Amino acid sequence: MKLLTHNFLTSNIIKGVTKGYPLQIMAEKVDVKEVEFNPDFVTKMLPKIDWSALIKAAKDVGHGDGLPEAVIENPESNEEFLKAAHNALMQVEVIEGKLVCPESQREFPINNGIPNMLLNEDEV
Amino acid sequence: MSGSPCGRLGKRFLFQFANEHLDFRVAEFSAIADLFGIKLESGWQSKNIKDPFWEFQLSSSTDAEKLASRSMLVKSALELWGKGATYPEMYEDVRQNTAKHCMIPFCGNGASFKIKVDTYNKKQTQEYKVQRINDLPLDVFPLEGKIDLKNADHILQICENYGEDHNTAPDTPCMVYFGRWLVDGQREKIKTYNLKERLFLGHTSMDPCLSLLMANMGKCCKNTLVFDPFVGTGSLLVSAAQCGSYVMGTDIDYILLHAQGKPSRAKQKKRSKDESIRNNLLQYGLQQFYIDALVADASKSSLWDSRLQVDAIITDPPYGVREGAKKLGSEKNDPSLTEEDKDGHVPQKIDYHLSDVFRDLLNFAARFLRIEGRLVYWLPVYSPEYCEENIPRHPCLQLVSNCEQKLNSRISRRLITMEKCHECQVRLITLCFSGV
Repeated sequence: MKLLTHNFLTSNIIKGVTKGYPLQIMAEKVDVKEVEFNPDFVTKMLPKIDWSALIKAAKDVGHGDGLPEAVIENPESNEEFLKAAHNALMQVEVIEGKLVCPESQREFPINNGIPNMLLNEDEV
Repeated sequence: MSGSPCGRLGKRFLFQFANEHLDFRVAEFSAIADLFGIKLESGWQSKNIKDPFWEFQLSSSTDAEKLASRSMLVKSALELWGKGATYPEMYEDVRQNTAKHCMIPFCGNGASFKIKVDTYNKKQTQEYKVQRINDLPLDVFPLEGKIDLKNADHILQICENYGEDHNTAPDTPCMVYFGRWLVDGQREKIKTYNLKERLFLGHTSMDPCLSLLMANMGKCCKNTLVFDPFVGTGSLLVSAAQCGSYVMGTDIDYILLHAQGKPSRAKQKKRSKDESIRNNLLQYGLQQFYIDALVADASKSSLWDSRLQVDAIITDPPYGVREGAKKLGSEKNDPSLTEEDKDGHVPQKIDYHLSDVFRDLLNFAARFLRIEGRLVYWLPVYSPEYCEENIPRHPCLQLVSNCEQKLNSRISRRLITMEKCHECQVRLITLCFSGV
């Protein structure tokens, strides 16, 4: 699971949960898989990103270095910043671990890089 | 030759279509023209879909090349020099409308060329074809260059159309075209992306021609984000990524996404360790476009924060023939589980009614597509009872096209393309839907 995906994931699917964001990441195995840098795509995604959730997620998985606390001004013209954002969004991947709902503490396992967001039939 | 004084008709182009998926021709061509911002003459959509030759006026050959660069249904594009119901008529059209100095660079002194003769709906002998070439009047065609059958710089082409039915094909063609071959469409990709060599394959993997056509309908292109809520083995993600889109998807089937289940290939005993959607992309060098595939229930759109915005949703929803539709739930009145039950529990799934599948899909699209983003999906229909009212509607989604693929005499599936026209005010909308 990339942190880009994590940035959009909630646990509001659980019955009764309304503040299921951001999911806490408890990582057991994290990889950095190289992805071709595409400044245009990063720039396009930035306005959609919850930056503080991204920083927290990146720090939680041990890859928070080099990320500023807030999105800088005119990010599209700052390659260094875009590369740091690219790394956090596209390259850092949680391979094994779990996602935890901040409201109910319900856990969602991540195996082989694939989060399992299915609930049991009594939770829907 | 753009900007050459070849006159209005120097900019005529002829597209020849492959003889399949006729009902998709207008929709695909239109989507590609839209994608490149190419304006086609008004009323072109009423072209005869049974005629594989379509003529267009375009501002330059670059436009023709762009159109062909994406089309799965176009075989090739020609710069049209002339046409006619008979050969003499065609010669006359060339004489009238294509200046010699526009032809000379491609077949005159100093150029090497060959001439191909292509016949539609009638087989012709080699002698016949050679004769058609030898008959070309040299006062019309300045064929003074070097003929080179192997490495010609330019290919000229005669196309003969013998009508719609090969069983009743007339002796002489009903239409003859002459032009310069510009470029082929993308038919080659049907082989490149063929499913036989696909690493990770499922029962419902979409064939490459239709997968790539769906990516065209969704206007997938560089720097877009494409989502498939019923991702399966990711065949639609492969085609979207092939267009430069970043791709993600979900599927309710844990066993499938983890490639643990039974393989779909008859001769394969076990799924291999490296089978995954990511590796399907890797197989074609498209791994940089992979974002994620998650195990999740597509009927639960609150899984995603409303900031998520995708450019296209391309999907083949489950409709039960080969893979029954399921979502999470229980038919018991009290589905509660004990703590012991929960350990390693596989959640129970219930049948996901077809009308609900499409209602949820349209709601999902209305919520997460950007304005003008497209939803492309298959809708199964029982042909004898089908009418256009069967197509699910949504106040935020506008129908763009609706193309039929017949599966047998009674069952069809329709490729539906919708475009988001305004933001969703109400979060969930119950649709009027009377499907199959």
